[in-house]
Order: sequence, then C-alpha cells, then structure tokens
Amino acid sequence: MTDHITIQHTARQQAEEDFHRLQHKRKWIIGVLALLCLTAFCFDIALGPSSLAIKDVLIGLFNSSAVDDGTKVIIWQIRMPYAIMAVLVGMALSLAGAEMQTILNNPLASPFTLGVSASATLGAALAIIAGISIPGVPDNWIISVNAFLFAFASVLLLQAVSKWLHAGVGILVLFGIALVFTFNALVALLHYIATPEALQQVIFWSMGSLARSNWDKVQLLTIVLVVVLPFSFSAAWKMTALRLGEDRAAGFGINVQRLRFASLFRISLLAATAVAFVGTIGFIGLVGPHIARMLIGEDHRYWFPASLLTGALIMSLSSIASKMLIPGVLLPIGIVTALAGVPLFIYLIIKKGRRM
Amino acid sequence: MEQLILKNITAGYPGKSNIISGINAGPFKPGVITALVGPNAAGKSTLLRSMAGLLKAQGEMQWNQKNILHLSLREKAALISYMPQYLPQDIELNAIESLISALKASSFDQISVRLPEARKKAFDVLEQMDLVELAMEPLNQLSGGQRQMISLAQAIIREPAILLLDEPTSALDLQHQVAVMQLVKEYAAKGKIVMMVLHDINLATRWSDELLVLHKGKIAAHGKPNEILNASLLASVYNVNAIVETLQSGQIQVHVESLIK
Ligand SMILES: Nc1ncnc2c1ncn2[C@@H]1O[C@H](COP(=O)(O)OP(=O)(O)O)[C@@H](O)[C@H]1O
Ligand SMILES: [Mg+2]
Repeated sequence: MTDHITIQHTARQQAEEDFHRLQHKRKWIIGVLALLCLTAFCFDIALGPSSLAIKDVLIGLFNSSAVDDGTKVIIWQIRMPYAIMAVLVGMALSLAGAEMQTILNNPLASPFTLGVSASATLGAALAIIAGISIPGVPDNWIISVNAFLFAFASVLLLQAVSKWLHAGVGILVLFGIALVFTFNALVALLHYIATPEALQQVIFWSMGSLARSNWDKVQLLTIVLVVVLPFSFSAAWKMTALRLGEDRAAGFGINVQRLRFASLFRISLLAATAVAFVGTIGFIGLVGPHIARMLIGEDHRYWFPASLLTGALIMSLSSIASKMLIPGVLLPIGIVTALAGVPLFIYLIIKKGRRM
Repeated sequence: MEQLILKNITAGYPGKSNIISGINAGPFKPGVITALVGPNAAGKSTLLRSMAGLLKAQGEMQWNQKNILHLSLREKAALISYMPQYLPQDIELNAIESLISALKASSFDQISVRLPEARKKAFDVLEQMDLVELAMEPLNQLSGGQRQMISLAQAIIREPAILLLDEPTSALDLQHQVAVMQLVKEYAAKGKIVMMVLHDINLATRWSDELLVLHKGKIAAHGKPNEILNASLLASVYNVNAIVETLQSGQIQVHVESLIK
C-alpha cells in the first residue's frame, strides 16, 4: 500500500514536471516564431527591384540618419508600408481563422468560410462598377470602405438569421455557403454589365495584393488589431473549453451563443478590414492556425498568439516570394499564398481523412 | 435539508415538444445515487440535459424551496455538473489542460480559481482517479474508455452539489466500471446528489441506492431496486422476459432470458 502511494506520488511529480516543461517549450516556440517573423520582415524590406543589404536595413530601421537618403526613402516610404501590411494582414487573417475554427468546430474553416471575402468583393465591385460614393468618404477610400461595409454586414446578417432561427453551427455554415453563392452570382452579374476598364479593376482587386498599402491603412489595421486582440485573448479559456463540446462548455456555465456571437464579431472586424485593404488572400487563415496548432496544441492562451505569428510569418515569406518568383515582376500576393496554400490544404484534408 | 424535487418537468425539441412530459420525482437527497435507466430513446439524456439547463424545459426543479430550473447557465454551473453522453473527437488538448480549462472557463465567483490552484486541483483529481499517467496525453490519442474517464474527471473537478452523468460507463471495461462506481459512491458520500444513466441494470442495482425507470418520456417506476424491480416491470419497459433474483447478500440480480414475441 505504501509502495503504491510513493509510486503515485512520483508519477504525479513527473507529470507536473512534464507539464511545466511543456508550458516552457510553448513560450520558447512563440519566441522563436517571433524572431523568425522579424527576420522575414527584414528580408521583405531588403528585397525588391533595388536590393538592400540586410545590414543597411537594420541600420535604417533603428537609426535612419545613419543611412543615405535613397536607402531611407526605400525603407521607410516604399517597402515599409507593404512589409508591415503583410505582417498585419497575416496576423488578422490567421487569428480570425483560429477563432472561426473553434466556433465552427471545424479545423478546415477559415475567416472566409461564411462568405466574408465574397461579400467584400461584391462591395468593392459595386464601388468600382457603379461608381457609388458615400458622403464624407474620400474617393480613394470608397472601395475599401464599401468592401468593409459589405463584409461586415454579411456577418451581421448571418448572426441575425442564426439567432432568429436558434440555429446551430451546421445551419450557420450552410447559410454561409448560400451567401457565398449569392454574392458570387451578384459579382458575376456586375462583371457582365461592367465596362472593360472597370472589369479589369474589379478582377485585379479580387486578387489579393499588397500594392494598395499605405501608411493610413497600416494605421487603421493596427488599430483594429489592437482593439480586437485583448478581447480574443480574454476569451481564451472559454474558447478552449468550447473545444470540449458545446454541451460541456454550456455545462461549465458558458453562454455558448454569446461566446460565438462575440467571436464572429471579432472575426468580421479582422477579416473585413484586411480584405478591404488588400483584397482576398486565401489560405493564410486556414494554414496559419493549423501550423500553430501542430506546434503548440489548442490551449488558446498559446494557440492564439502562435496563430498571429504563423500568419505573419507566412505572409512575410509570401511577400518575399512574390518579388522573387519572377525577377522584376511583383506578383499579387494572393496568387502566391493560393499556390503555396492549395497543396497544404489538400495535405490537411488527406491527413484528416485518414484519421477518421 | 438540501434536496432536489422535480415537478412536472416537460421538455423536447423543435417539432417534438413532449419527449419527456410531466416528470414528477424526488426528493433526491444528498448522499444518494440514483440510477436513471430505461430503453433507448426513453428520454434519459433529455431529462438530464433539461436539468442541467442545456435544453429549455417547463416545470419546476426545486432546490431548497427555490425553483432552479430557469437559472442562467452560470448560476446553474455553480450547482450542477453534467457529463454529456457523447464526447467530441479530434481535440488537440492534453488531459490535464482539459481539466484546467474546465475550472478556468467558468467565471462564476464560487468556482473561479487562480491558475496554480486550478493546476493543483486538476492533478489532484487525476491522482484520485488513478489517471495521472494520462495527464500529458492528447485527448485525441486516448481510447474511448480513457476519454470517458477524463470526461468524468472534467465533471467532478468542479465539485458540484448535483452531479449528472450520462452513460459514464458505456465504454469501460469491467475494472473501470467498478472504479467509476466506487468513485461515484465516494463522491455521493460527501453529501452530493448523483444521478447517472446506466444501461447495465445489474451495475445499477449493485451500486445505486435508487432506480428511476424512464419509459417513453414518463416515469415507469422510482424507488429502491428491491422494491420496484420485478419481471412485469422489465417486460413492460424493455419488452423482455427476465428473472429477478435476490442474492443472499440482499443484492438484486436480473437475468434476461428472451424477447417477448
Ligand atoms: N437534438 C435532438 N433533436 C431532436 N430530437 C432529439 C434530439 N435528441 C434526442 N431527440 C429525440 O428525443 C428522444 C429521446 O432521446 P434521448 O433523451 O437522447 O434518449 P435516451 O438518452 O433515453 O436514449 C428520441 O426519440 C430522440 O430521437
Ligand atoms: Mg442518452
């Protein structure tokens, strides 16, 4: 009997130690991810039509008076808004994807699953083709503002419908799919009646591209992230508990309906802002959280930050690739993420299929 | 004394509003284990889920002269813990994390605990259930039975006054069935009310103090096993020919012979 107890005791101590070590390992992983992000970010700034030495980039970043004016302009005026935008969009889409995967209980969900990007495209297409203007909104913002309003409104519509019908997750996804088809059809209709110039602009818009970045947009997306992040992080325990099942979470006293609603609200803010500024950039919101999950697991206190960083890292790397793939040509980054993302996506489906 | 009484509980789903209807039962007393038995689709899960507040229900659920049926989920969670029948797949959390989040996710004052305390409690429960080796195992790599044990741990870690377990032994081997029943017995002995759905009628008679037999959404019988169990009850509820035997120990044993044609 005493033997049994001492064995139990050491087994427990062992487990406690292992758990402690695991937490440490996760913090390390997050630290390493942050470092990789920073490195990729510097390379993203260094690379381009006139390449800079990494050393000059670092000097230019931390002590801009020590580099010549040309380098300073390239770093701060030209490359920086793109590079920061890449990081911010990566963070926004990846976090939105992580939240979406939890509230829809589906690891293959992404921020666009419920039609956020389709509705944003419709909003942008309407602005471009119908040339609508909103009072008080400057002309060069009208496309982004309209895309945002449509994306945001579509999620609100979805929530209203699901609340009204007391619908569960499955119904929500089906409604989202219905919305996607509807918006796509409307966009096609707009394509049909558009002038060739407008059509070209719409098509270019719907390919995600960082070329529309500027400091104002960087600022706005930063604000959105700064506002949303604390709410995401403070929901981390509840979101983790939701992974244990809806009945279970409700049994813990969590108002699942409200948790889901708040999360969808955050998702729509993040995704709608990102899409409004850079167009549709697929797969980041799917692959980012997935890689983070493989590295760190689903304790959302770690998973959310890790998803932010994996998203940022993938976007920075994609931005680098978009400059390198065809020398002298800057590809729209949406094409790069899609090309890299599709194989990953198929891999994930196969892996999931095999486990079931 | 604290006791639980169900009065005229009616609940159902959209389009099937009376899956359980007019359930009057009780009083359920602290320290008493009630086994909820009955055929498939009798409404056992529906009853437990309505009691836990997961399903809208009409009627009254009296606890200390107060109707707690319509309390908010948060208030209910401070009092009741429900272990669902179905466990989700594909969760990349390890066992200990699932237990810690069970404690940390609820913001109800009486339960809210600080992280180190939650961690200690989580390991305490695993130790008490002899499951420490599973602490670091990801839930999606556990066997069905192991997952069920962890799920039970998630339910009892909150030490609710009322514990509702939906088929906690359905995936367990003989050893673990007994281990669970022993654990539940110890838990009830602390002055808690336990209601559990069991399919194995002999497990129910051996370990529970009372049986609540549910049939087609209504109570067919409620009482001590030796007082209510007989061949005609089993025939009418389960449609089987059975022999009910009282062993020398006083223990009731059911032998199922055949289906009634
Ligand atoms: N979510 C649901 N929606 C609609 N009907 C349900 C749902 N869950 C259970 N039912 C129905 O309610 C009845 C009772 O189910 P349940 O309470 O799960 O039975 P038990 O747990 O006794 O096997 C069954 O006929 C079942 O079809
Ligand atoms: Mg059931």
